[in-house]
This record gives sequence, structure tokens and C-alpha cells, in this order.
Amino acid sequence: MALYSEKVMDHFRNPRNVGVIEDADGVGEVGNAKCGDIMKMYIKVENGILVDVKFETFGCGSAIASSSMATEMIKGKPLSEALALTNKAVTEALGGLPAYKLHCSVLAEQAVQAAILDYYKKNNIPYDPALFKDALEEHEHGHGDEEA
Amino acid sequence: MFVYADNAATTKMRKSALETYVSVAENFFGNPSSLHSAGQRAQEVLTDCRTRMAKALGAEPREITFTSGGSEADNQAIVSAARAGARKGKRKLISTAIEHHAVLHTLEKLKREGFEVVLLPVGTDGIVRLRDVEEAIDENTCLVSVMYANNEIGTLQPVEEIGALCKARGVLFHTDAVQAVGHLPIDVNKTGCDYLSLSAHKFGGPKGVGALYVRRGAPLSSLIEGGAQERGKRAGTEDLPAVAAMTVALEESLKESERAIPYVTALRDKLIGGLSKIPHCALNGHPAKRLAGNVSFCFEGIEGESILLLLDDKGICASSGSACTSGSLDPSHVLLAIGRVHDVAHGSLRLTLSAENTEEEIDYMLKEIPEVIETLRNMSPVWRDLKAGKRSFLL
Repeated sequence: MALYSEKVMDHFRNPRNVGVIEDADGVGEVGNAKCGDIMKMYIKVENGILVDVKFETFGCGSAIASSSMATEMIKGKPLSEALALTNKAVTEALGGLPAYKLHCSVLAEQAVQAAILDYYKKNNIPYDPALFKDALEEHEHGHGDEEA
Repeated sequence: MFVYADNAATTKMRKSALETYVSVAENFFGNPSSLHSAGQRAQEVLTDCRTRMAKALGAEPREITFTSGGSEADNQAIVSAARAGARKGKRKLISTAIEHHAVLHTLEKLKREGFEVVLLPVGTDGIVRLRDVEEAIDENTCLVSVMYANNEIGTLQPVEEIGALCKARGVLFHTDAVQAVGHLPIDVNKTGCDYLSLSAHKFGGPKGVGALYVRRGAPLSSLIEGGAQERGKRAGTEDLPAVAAMTVALEESLKESERAIPYVTALRDKLIGGLSKIPHCALNGHPAKRLAGNVSFCFEGIEGESILLLLDDKGICASSGSACTSGSLDPSHVLLAIGRVHDVAHGSLRLTLSAENTEEEIDYMLKEIPEVIETLRNMSPVWRDLKAGKRSFLL
């Protein structure tokens, strides 16, 4: 199918790190069912390192692929590095997304931030709110060109 | 296995239609407007096709205008009736919330020009109530436009009753019959319509060709200027190979429909029965008053595009009314109109069958679809919340 790159289809068909971490140190959920996509990210943190990451996604092919790719990109990395993950990086790693699907990668970035924020809050770790600007914002949903 | 179950989107061309297309393109290449013999031979084919198309619909040849398809036919019918109405000071157009965008967008355009547009609701069964139509018609009304059968949920509308009502009230009646023509026996006089739109590629004809039936005496204005074709109502050299192929496809569809309708209905009902066993799903549209080939479901906790992608991997071609497949923010306006909330409407799946489908294909889909639904539900946080009771099931 020409809609998505091979990489997107691979992550959609064989999503990495799908599932739940029952005793997660942080959980982030972004999106809403009304808009048609929800991402939930579970993280396990040891010594500032993301030792485990799992996700669940309700959404389209690119939403599932974006969350899968995001987990792969942050697993085993220090929190600071995970926080620096951008939707642009996720999109590039996926070999690109159609313009009206870019919000899926934004959602993936926000889900990672939301999970880390949850971890900081639960553990009373001081944080810079500016770093979580995206995750703290209401989920702004745009499928791009509506006329398409 | 490859299963084509998206016949409401388009159908495979019938062999006879394809052969006709090639043979007419090869042997009747003349321009029907030309005076010479090559042109006149083409003109004869065109006249013959018009006569046969008319006969298939119970109309007169002069009542058939060939168009580029269903969308153009819808546009032309509505704009023609509106313009004629406006000249008499009648500027109210009545339609339904579940029409195709070819109708809805034309109405929106007219609304911006100052027309009053009333979109009637439908019940949860997807059927417009006759009483609503009756109450909406007033002395300012120039047109009622109600589709024969819905493209997403297959629901058949009470067009004959609406036609009789419009006739009694002296209001023009258009029906978008794109999904119905070739699938049901249709007689324009029985339907009581003043306009009827049809599209060839929905019944085994080629894409890019259709027709508009216009009852003799009903107003018709042209959308495309530049020539005297179609009695001056549709300029542009006629696509004769396509018109001829459409004619053959319609005749063959109608000839076969006596056998095809019960056959496809049985496949449909088997598929509906099997899919209904999947927990937390619901059939969209009326269970019986629907097109023989239409199966439309909503599955809770998942999203339609991902269903389609996984089904495509299994060789199953289907469609969905989710926002992600429509390229807009909202899921299908039809699903919303029958009362499906956004969360549920995103998880829709439409399978549209034809007489080309087999029972073996139905069995294959009944094996694969529940697995795909389960796979996606197992990675859905919504499904987890539903199962945990943190969110209430809607279906």
C-alpha cells in the first residue's frame, strides 16, 4: 500500500513494545477517543534510565507505528534524552508520514513526555515545566487539510 | 486469498462492458456531432444507447442525459431545480443528513447563495421519516432530494412514498440512485421522481460516465457550456465507448438481478450473522431494508483505518467511515446521523458484496475479521478500560 512507507507498515504490522507495565513508574495518556486516537505510554525507570517502555494505542496505522517507533527510540536511554525526542525525529525514523498524519507523531512525542512527567510527579522530582509544554497542553488535533 | 468486498466504492468492469468499450472505441471513433458517415455511425450508437438506457429505467430516450458520472448528475439536477425554483421565488431545498457529498456540497453551495436548505434527520435505522418530509414541504419549497440507497450503510429510503408526496404537493423530486441502479429493478415512473442520478462504475460499467434522468418538462440547465451535445444541456464530445459499455452493463445487471439479488442477500446475511457474534459490535442501518450487498458494522475500542490495513494484508479489500480514512476530523456523517457517537463511529467497517463473491470468501472473511478485531483490541487502551469497567461499553 503506497499510503505508508515500508517502515511505517513494518511497525504497524509488528509493533514493538506493545503492552502494559503493571508496576510502571510513570504512565502517560494523550489524545481522545472522540478524535480517533489515544496513546498510552508506560515507563520503568532505574537510575535515570528508561529500562522498560510499553505502549497501547487506539488509532490508525500511523498512530500505532508512531508509538511503536517512539518506544524503540527511547528504550534504554536516559530520561533527558527521551525528553528531547521530537515528533520530527519519530517521523524521520519512520521514513516519513503523509502530511495529514503528522499529528500521530506529535501524539507519540506527547505520550513520552506525559509518562515522564507522571514519573517526576509521583516521585516528587523537581522538573522544569517548560520541558513539558507540549504534554501539558490540551491535545490539539488536526488531520491537516480538511478539504482533501 | 484475495477478496474484493468494496463494491460500493467501485465494481470490476463486466467482461461484456469491457469488450463493448474496446469495440466501440475501435469501430465507432467518429464524433457523433460530425456530418460524415463516421460521425453518423457514432451518432446511431449514441441514439441506440440512449434508447436502451431509457428502457432499462422505464423512461423515454429524451429524458436521459449522459454525464461524467453520479456526482455531475447530482450537481446538475439540484442546481437546475434550484435555479428554476428561484425564478418563481421558491428558494427552499429539502434533503437528508445522510446524502452523498455530491448532494450535500451542492446544497451547501446553494445555501451560500441564499437558498434555504433543510437536512432532515434519519432514525437510528438510517431511514428518513415520511412525516418529516411532509412537514418540511411548504409553498417555498422547490426541491426534495433523497437518495435511493445509502452508500455507507446500504439503507433503502421510502422513495416511492416520497415521490408520490412530492407529486401531490407540486414539488420537484430528485433521487441519487447511484448505489441502487443495476442492483434493484428501478422504474422512474414507479419511483415518481423528476430526476434520478446514476453512475456506471457501480454496476460493472466504466468509471467517468453516468446519466441523469430528467422527467420531460422538469427544468434542466447546463453546468458545462460549449456545445450542443445532449440537447444543449451538457457540452463536450460524448464518451461513446463509455456510454455503450454502461448501457451493456446496466442491461446485463438487470437481467442477472433476479438471480443475483437472492444470492448476494444470502451472502450478506451470512456475513452479518457471523460478524454479529463478535462482542461489542453493532450492525449499522436497517437489518432488512438495505442493499443486497451492504454489510456495515461498528466495533468498539478500535479504529477503522487500522482494521482496513490489517485486512488488506489478508487480501481483503474493505472500507471504513473513520476520520482517518476520510481525511477529515470527523468520522462519517452518516454514522453520526444514525446516532453513533464519535468514539464508536471511528471503528466502522464496510464490506460491500457483489455476485462475484463466493461463500468461500465469506467463510474466509468470517475467519480473518474477528482475528483482526482481536489483535487491535489487544493493543487498545480504550478496550482495556472498557474491559476493566473504567469506561462504559456503548455497544
